[in-house]
Amino acid sequence: MSNVGIVIVSHSHKVAEGAADMVRQMVGEEVPLAWTGGNSEGGLGTDFAAIGEAINRAWSEAGVAILVDLGGAETNSEMAVEALPDSRRGRVVICNAPIVEGAVVAATEAAGGAPLNVVRRTAEELSP
Amino acid sequence: MISLADLSDQATRSRLIAAVAERVIAHTDELTALDSAIGDGDHGHNMKRGFDAVLASLDSLSEMAPAELLKSLGMKLVSTVGGASGPLYGTLFMALGKAWPQNLAQASLAAAFEQAIAAVKARGKSEIGQKTLLDVLAPTLKAFQEGADAEGIAETARSAAEATAPLRATRGRASFLGERSIGHVDPGARSAALIITALCEEGSRN
Repeated sequence: MSNVGIVIVSHSHKVAEGAADMVRQMVGEEVPLAWTGGNSEGGLGTDFAAIGEAINRAWSEAGVAILVDLGGAETNSEMAVEALPDSRRGRVVICNAPIVEGAVVAATEAAGGAPLNVVRRTAEELSP
Repeated sequence: MISLADLSDQATRSRLIAAVAERVIAHTDELTALDSAIGDGDHGHNMKRGFDAVLASLDSLSEMAPAELLKSLGMKLVSTVGGASGPLYGTLFMALGKAWPQNLAQASLAAAFEQAIAAVKARGKSEIGQKTLLDVLAPTLKAFQEGADAEGIAETARSAAEATAPLRATRGRASFLGERSIGHVDPGARSAALIITALCEEGSRN
């Protein structure tokens, strides 16, 4: 049984990369992990196509949990999920959680083999 | 004056798309200034990037029938705008394309607009009165439903955007500012008004 994958979507390339570094250092390599940050020109923003690619890179049969920062990251991620093939769409969730802490906690849970709904719930417990 | 029947003509479709794109691009600095006051200052540049891409595809877009055209235009904006407005405007045009009526008439078109606005609300998890583009889209639809002419619809959109100034933002980036968002026109409301007025003015021209 594969572990849930984690995708980090930030407006900033550096934030996304840094959050992913923290996940790798604290959780290790057992979790499929991908990140994307910045718009198509390399500025601050989010890129619909890049989010879709990140979901595919982190793909796991157990599903994928996405952590986002501000509004556009969430709405663009929603659209990227909707654009996935039917067979995958239902196995991707966007977590309502702080991006850095959420990614680390979700990845920790995923590394232990938890199913997608548990990974999400654990990350979302961080939100007030 | 462009009628609904004229939308079957490629040259008409091309004129309308170009008018909208050029209007948004011409107001890049204004949108950026509005967004710098209460957001992150990228709205003008993001919208310009999106509508530059639309203009670059003007020929292939205008070849399409309206429903397909609107869906493609929406997808183009989602793929290029990059800010929060990309998914919102993308959803607006894609949902409008999806709801586009077979029998084009005022009432059926109003129903399609209504569905498109509902899709934007769902995407933004937002309601009217929260200082967003919805505060322009909703009154504009009402004017259209009540049979206003192009000039009346454009005026409704313009004044609805102005009327976002006294609102306190409760959705979007401006909501982080709370009370300090009061007194500024919402950039998304302004860009929505630009799109609508460009359509109305181009549609009224011969």
